[in-house]
Amino acid sequence: MDAIDRRLLDDYQHDLPLSSDPFNEIGEHLGISADEVIARLHHLRQGGAVSRVGAVVKPGTAGASTLAAMAVPPVWLERVAALVSGYAEVNHNYQREHRLNLWFVVAAVNREAVGMVLDDISRRTGLEVLDLPMQQDFHIDLGFGLQWT
Amino acid sequence: MDVSARDLDVLAALGDGLPLCRHPYAELGAGIGMDEGEIIDRLTRLRQAGVIRRFGIIVRHHELGYRANAMVVWDVPDDQVAEIGQRLGRCPEVTLCYRRPRRLPDWPYNLFTMIHGKDRPAVEAAIALMAGREGVGHLPHQPLFSLRRFKQCGARYGQPRQAAE
Repeated sequence: MDAIDRRLLDDYQHDLPLSSDPFNEIGEHLGISADEVIARLHHLRQGGAVSRVGAVVKPGTAGASTLAAMAVPPVWLERVAALVSGYAEVNHNYQREHRLNLWFVVAAVNREAVGMVLDDISRRTGLEVLDLPMQQDFHIDLGFGLQWT
Repeated sequence: MDVSARDLDVLAALGDGLPLCRHPYAELGAGIGMDEGEIIDRLTRLRQAGVIRRFGIIVRHHELGYRANAMVVWDVPDDQVAEIGQRLGRCPEVTLCYRRPRRLPDWPYNLFTMIHGKDRPAVEAAIALMAGREGVGHLPHQPLFSLRRFKQCGARYGQPRQAAE
């Protein structure tokens, strides 16, 4: 990752140009061609530093989502985690250090569809699923300030 | 603003990310029967209305060297949660700050903050610094460190499982 990659990541986490040829606009800003911007983004995505170029949607405005937690017996954790990750509606799924050791986010078109996924997971695993929907969002989203040193 | 079904189609199409090519909005629209102008108009409105909070490069903290994260959960009296939530939500250490319901007796915590750092000691130091600075260290709280990431991708809000009759 070089200085141009770092500027790309620093400057374009919030407002990608909404114009016909956005990577050309970015290239003009960085002093490289549009094709090079595209090649760098492909490379960063392949390397894993970039998940995607896209939208972070305010929770609760488009569709419905919730944070769910389960206390999974450790010997079952990998199997239950794989079952949970198998749902297209699940977009984050983490093991965390707590008795409630599996935490995942479920997003779907509406609250009823979210509930169906939670019920389905509970039925298939025989485990309780804690449903912790967001009630209020306090975060002022400034993106993620990367410290390069 | 009202988010229409067409808007949701655009957001759903964006779930896997914008195509990386010279005219990505035209390409995105081609998959869902919209022209480039309509895609750009809808995204511009959604961004301006705040439905889209950020539109751009979404990084993976872990791959950029931020290998530790903790979801720090707080048990805040209900009459203070709005004020304290707003305060913690502005802290530079915090990448997410949500109020969620308690589920007693198992789960007494009602405020969730996410903190990323290069390693576990860095996250622990950030939590201690923030708790002291904001005067919230006396509130019951617990850091739930991430041990393994099983899945991470963009939300797919998708379509209702059953079409309307």
